[in-house]
Amino acid sequence: MSYHADERGYYGEFGGAFIPEMLYPNCEELRQNYLRIMAEPSFQEEFHQLLKDYVGRPTPLYFAERLSKKYNTKIYLKREDLCHTGAHKVNNTIGQILMAKRLGKHRIIAETGAGQHGVATATVCALMGIECVVYMGEIDIARQAPNVARMKMLGAEVRPATSGSKTLKDATNEAIRDWINNPVDTHYIIGSVVGPHPYPDMVARFQSVISEEIKSQLLEKEGRENPDFVVACVGGGSNAAGAFYHFLDTPEVGIIAVEAAGKGIHSGESAATSALGKVGIIHGSKTLLMQTSDGQITEPYSISAGLDYPGVGPLHAHLYTSGRGEFISITDDEAMKAGLDLCKLEGIIPAIESSHALAIFKERKFAEDDVVVVNLSGRGDKDLQNYIDYFKL
Amino acid sequence: MNRIKQKLQEDKKILSIYFTAGYPTLNDTVKIIQDLEQNGVDLIEIGLPFSDPLADGPTIQASSTAALKNGMTTTLLFEQLKDIRKTVSIPLILMGYFNPVLQYGVEAFCQKCEEIGIDGLILPDLPLDVYQKEYETLFKKHGLINVFLITPQTSDTRVRAIDDASEGFIYMVSSASTTGAKEGFGPEQSTYFERIAAMNLKNPQIVGFGISNAQTFQQATSHTKGAIIGSAFIKHLTQNGVDGIGGFVGQIR
Repeated sequence: MSYHADERGYYGEFGGAFIPEMLYPNCEELRQNYLRIMAEPSFQEEFHQLLKDYVGRPTPLYFAERLSKKYNTKIYLKREDLCHTGAHKVNNTIGQILMAKRLGKHRIIAETGAGQHGVATATVCALMGIECVVYMGEIDIARQAPNVARMKMLGAEVRPATSGSKTLKDATNEAIRDWINNPVDTHYIIGSVVGPHPYPDMVARFQSVISEEIKSQLLEKEGRENPDFVVACVGGGSNAAGAFYHFLDTPEVGIIAVEAAGKGIHSGESAATSALGKVGIIHGSKTLLMQTSDGQITEPYSISAGLDYPGVGPLHAHLYTSGRGEFISITDDEAMKAGLDLCKLEGIIPAIESSHALAIFKERKFAEDDVVVVNLSGRGDKDLQNYIDYFKL
Repeated sequence: MNRIKQKLQEDKKILSIYFTAGYPTLNDTVKIIQDLEQNGVDLIEIGLPFSDPLADGPTIQASSTAALKNGMTTTLLFEQLKDIRKTVSIPLILMGYFNPVLQYGVEAFCQKCEEIGIDGLILPDLPLDVYQKEYETLFKKHGLINVFLITPQTSDTRVRAIDDASEGFIYMVSSASTTGAKEGFGPEQSTYFERIAAMNLKNPQIVGFGISNAQTFQQATSHTKGAIIGSAFIKHLTQNGVDGIGGFVGQIR
């Protein structure tokens, strides 16, 4: 059994392309070309050159000695927080902007929740001199002012999504509507392993550089390529997809996906999609999503703006239902404490998303000689105000 | 015979009207259907509101949001429609996104449609291949015609495949856009209408998107069997409520 997408974009029963006919030519053009373009030597060369010189890859695999001592196991941190723009998101936007250029597109659209993917998209558009429009929920614009300013400084136009709940899912709807209205000249850079085929597979492939590096770095440090466990937080699931990618079909590597429980799974304010979701269609993909019994998509909650997506990538839905992945949910409080813990023990201020992954050591025991790699997906600069408010700093 | 097929055999241009169930107020559904039939409309598309209608522009989005806020659900819509065939004989199509249908249960949904006397479904985000593989037999068992969309970007090969899979009419989206985004037609539409007309498809085509008045209705139907009005009718309902539906229909033809 493989955990990768099949040629129709299915992961088990999940995935596919549930799109209206208006989007069919756009997705079909991408589907027919993405693997061919990604395989071109010139593409690979340009992609890896930019990841090295512009993003700062490879990111370190850091042995967190004091953290390891505290939890009596061997913890490595994959430092995606050291990427240019502050998170793993840029791996994907670099890949997609090169894809867009080769497809002859000269206008880029993107959706963003907290603004991290918007910033990463605006960044690569500035780099390539391509017009960029980022859709962002009206409510998110108000609560993420610094990232809105960053996108503007980088030359992007930030358009408020004023429909529905005015957050990430609505920004995604608006971006899709833009793509319907501009099918020829525009490429849509989706920020996670969500959306219609081929997006989940394409984004996972661009992010797979994370696990590719983990393998070679671990070989150097531990004399083996495979850790016992890989841990990552999951909203839509792009950093997790990248961290898991090269281990998916290696059953001896345990895969741990950490979701945001918000104020508690059954509090009514949660984003734990695997626990609370049911099979449905969101943004063109068949997956698990949070919805009413009538099939209306509901608004999730998490203190972390990067984890409050009502769905989850189809890969992760498959990892969950097949039992390949272990899914753990972490509350706001647990995540915030784990974040502060990392600051004090290792001198690293993590993004609140990544703090969720770090919080599992209080939830779950590991053996003393287990090698556990945690994907530290982003840095905490963007979350400073949240940390200040929470800890009354 | 299915009411849609029967209607399509008549020697006339079809006027189809879309409205969102539960809008402007929760219990307007039956009155709107009755008034549309009485005023000579040929076909009605009843919109099942969805929280995330990604192919729709602001007008239909707003009507969906309002309908959901009013309390509309799939179950309630079926309840409102349970006696509809006692008063109207016009072909009725349910139009909506696939997720609410999936949650209701596709089989239960189809069965309910048959009980009520629904003649067809338009589910824009149910793709052709999935329909053929998983649902075609079921839809047919319950006498439901599934209507597919084509757009100016749809290749000839795919138009042929869609024509083969269709048995009623083809919903011809007039331009690359969301609903209500563009008004009227330009040279791009003429080329497209002519291209499709020249293909001599086995199914008649009914044009949707961009039709709001007598002029655009005439343009759209010059090469096709009929036209659909959605956003313009929703705007009328927003301004006038359920009064004056006759006046609205009267100015189209």
